Amino acid sequence: MSVDYLFFGIIAFYLIGAVSAVILNKKDAICAYTSFISAAIAALLGIIFSISVIFGDTFSYNLSGGSYLKFGFFVDRLSAFFILVISICVFAVSIYSTGYVREYFGKKNIGYLGFLYNIFIISMILVASADNAIMFLIVWELMSVVSYFLVVYEHEKPETRKAGFIYIVMTHIGTGFIMLSFLIFVGTSGSYSFGTFAEAGKTMTPLLKDLAFIFALIGFGTKAGIVPMHIWLPYAHPEAPSNVSALMSGVMIKIAIFMLIRVFFDFLGATQAWWGYVVLTLGTISAILGILYAVVESDIKRMLAFSSIENIGIILIGIGASMIFFASGKPVLASIAAIAALYHLLNHSIFKGLLFMGAGSILYSTHTKNIEELGGLIKKMPKSAMLILIGVLSICALPPFSGFVSEWLTFQSLLLGFNLNETFPMIILFISAAVLALTGALAAYCFLKFFGIGFLALPRSKHAEHAKEANTPMLIGMGIFASLSVLLGILPFYVLPVLERIAASFTGNLESFTFANFATFAIPSSMISLSTPIILALVFIFMLILSLILFLINRKKQPVYETWGCGQPVSTSRNEYTATAFSKPVQMWFKNLYRPARETEVTYSTSLYLKESFKFESKIEQVIERYLYEPVVGFVITRSRKLLVIRTGSIHTYLGYIFGTLVILFMFVIAGGSS
Amino acid sequence: MIAALQSAILQIIIILAFSPLISGIIKKAKAFFQIRKGPSIFQPYYDIAKLFRKDSVVSQNVSWIFHAAPIISFAAVMTAGLLIPIYITSLPLGFAGDLIAVVYLFALARFFTALASLDAGSSFGGMGGSREMFVAAMVEPALMLSIFAVALNVGSTNLSYISQTLSGMGMDALSPYQILAFVALFIIAIAETGRIPVDNPSTHLELTMIHEAMILEYSGKQLAIVELGAMAKQLLIFSLIANIFFPWGIASAGSGISALVLALLVYMLKIVIIGLAMAAVETSTAKWRLFRLPDLLSISLMFSFLALVSFIIVKGG
Repeated sequence: MSVDYLFFGIIAFYLIGAVSAVILNKKDAICAYTSFISAAIAALLGIIFSISVIFGDTFSYNLSGGSYLKFGFFVDRLSAFFILVISICVFAVSIYSTGYVREYFGKKNIGYLGFLYNIFIISMILVASADNAIMFLIVWELMSVVSYFLVVYEHEKPETRKAGFIYIVMTHIGTGFIMLSFLIFVGTSGSYSFGTFAEAGKTMTPLLKDLAFIFALIGFGTKAGIVPMHIWLPYAHPEAPSNVSALMSGVMIKIAIFMLIRVFFDFLGATQAWWGYVVLTLGTISAILGILYAVVESDIKRMLAFSSIENIGIILIGIGASMIFFASGKPVLASIAAIAALYHLLNHSIFKGLLFMGAGSILYSTHTKNIEELGGLIKKMPKSAMLILIGVLSICALPPFSGFVSEWLTFQSLLLGFNLNETFPMIILFISAAVLALTGALAAYCFLKFFGIGFLALPRSKHAEHAKEANTPMLIGMGIFASLSVLLGILPFYVLPVLERIAASFTGNLESFTFANFATFAIPSSMISLSTPIILALVFIFMLILSLILFLINRKKQPVYETWGCGQPVSTSRNEYTATAFSKPVQMWFKNLYRPARETEVTYSTSLYLKESFKFESKIEQVIERYLYEPVVGFVITRSRKLLVIRTGSIHTYLGYIFGTLVILFMFVIAGGSS
Repeated sequence: MIAALQSAILQIIIILAFSPLISGIIKKAKAFFQIRKGPSIFQPYYDIAKLFRKDSVVSQNVSWIFHAAPIISFAAVMTAGLLIPIYITSLPLGFAGDLIAVVYLFALARFFTALASLDAGSSFGGMGGSREMFVAAMVEPALMLSIFAVALNVGSTNLSYISQTLSGMGMDALSPYQILAFVALFIIAIAETGRIPVDNPSTHLELTMIHEAMILEYSGKQLAIVELGAMAKQLLIFSLIANIFFPWGIASAGSGISALVLALLVYMLKIVIIGLAMAAVETSTAKWRLFRLPDLLSISLMFSFLALVSFIIVKGG
């Protein structure tokens, strides 16, 4: 019973946040505090609620008992895990937001942002807890539309409006496929309740199952940002206000992963190995393409958005491997792979939230998100720099930070493929591991560029020169995520048992790892073990010893001099390496993918030997957008031009069309009903 | 507990004491192949001792990263040193991490060195850092596949267990997949230790440097730490090759003192042979252009992939 109160308490606090934002929208500061603090309280309740469901009973609540429209909530361990992820992120992001929105005071309507923000979170919680298809689609649509309004919050910029348009079109194509997939289930079970879908999944013909799988993959995959349905993501995520980007990349795309697990495992039973191959392949392609585009990107937020595609890919690699193992009757391996995916999902929510908030802090104090105009920020905003560095180390999967543990687990689950004793799955799992290794190395490349060019050396522009430290709420918000990134890295010993319970809810296998002394966990029967606290302790001990030695032998003050420039005085920012140059080797290596185009423009003064100015422009091509989407869009536009003849402009004709359509549908129903 | 601590400290001392020597031997061997006299094989010790006595001149542009990076990198390499079997398979802390953890610890060391390269604001540093990460990215897929090939063979990625099992196999350890994986890993070792044809460790031209350009701004004591870390990393990579592909002669837990001394001598012999092979490769090839390197590392990738495929064929899919 108390869990009921807790659940409605969560919804109530978000609603209070939304309503108070509208009421108080004349007073910017008060409005920001009430709406975001209220969201933070709701998030705390959400954390308590989800933990109590993970360790206790499934929560279900029936809202109305009507025979046509049944609304209710259903939260099992899997959805509780996602509510936990949402709540953790919302808590930190809400605190951050109270500081971040100061940027908008007096310029934009804070009430509007606070309202949408709270409604957006409610819609995500409801998506995770809906218990029937109709209700699900309504809240899913709510989530899409509200997030669209959030994306176009700064709608005075034309590129924001374009991003919003691409987003709303793509998300509706996705919703269309989700409807198709659900209709297949409804057709078999005769009910919209999710509870009956699992039964339907068992009795469906193989063809219908395959169709339901494909439609769900396309539909939810669009929201998750899986290549090739990802094209909206690098437009929409960067244009939203940074606190919203943190939630979109951190949480919203994960909700789609939640539904993919739900449909594939719970509804369809994950019976076909080839579904696993498809998911694994798409995951691998998303990972590598995502990071390849991230490496050469100079816009911080766009780079982070591409990196989200990469990380969704890594999560899908885990899920795909899990599906392959599950279909081959290896539930232990299936749950290890699923745990790897869930662990990475949790880690990614946190470090990507941290990095988007970091990008927001940079934007807040420098008013630019172009890496080429930054530099030297580590001296201007040392605290933010430290927190962002922790995020960077986590996303690069460097030990002992959080990303390392989940990537290590992903590699191990791919390696465990040798237990399958079949050639094809083994080869495909190993190739995926090789691509994942390349992805990991390129991620380190990408984020080294971000931190090295953005934060080190000298400021490259006036913007960076006048940067100042982010305000306290922003630092607290980032600090929460940074400490979580460290804790998730060094405490897998405590995290894994929780994830075991969650993975058990769809793979049926409870004990996947063995735990030993010194915070060690091991994969049974393989001698493979890992202890990140020991690694951290060793690195620390060596650092201490070395620092002590240096301190003892280095009593004198260090002489300071100019940077070496072959004897020339070069200590200006003009001589620094640029971000474009830094990622140039990758651009050369993959030039067939990027298809780079460059333009140079030189003006001369008096003679050809004296250049007055030199302009260099280089851009790369988005292959999938160019060769997959543009032809389709072009086709649709030319064909729909032909349809213009039926547009008369008179309301009577339109009423006639509607009437005609109704009559035809009516006849169709009667004809269908008699057969 | 005390015995474990002793054994860990001994391992670190051996790595630190032996790694400059192997650099000296490689330099001497290269000189021999090039019909030069070359410096003494103890020259690296003299260099490091001298650097430790000198002041570090630091650029005015740098932040704390520049000062912390050598220490963090060195600590990461030393931590990896405790996870890799040297002359004995039993490692007191071997449970804390496997081969993949070792790869990521090296990545941690590389990340901070490359980060520091950007800190002084010189173009050379950026160039070096960018190329270093580029080479690392090309190496990674082949490295992971050869790790997989080795791990499949024994069913684990735990390094002590790999050496233990393989040394117990006798000559059976020389299976086709092991040989193919060895070729792949040898090419990777060339790239990871910054040797010709990937990088030239003795170049004096900033534009052709990779590793040397990255650490161009370091001097004095800091440079000593960076150089010692690089030599230790080289020794550890050679040890990986020695103990994964030629594990015979390695001591195991409970061996007597004479067996341990013998194992240590055998280990040194193996490392010297690998060093001589490196020197031969370096002398017989020219440095490749940076953008031809993907070809070389694709060869390595192909070998590691063949190792996997041949494992599946031999062991039956």
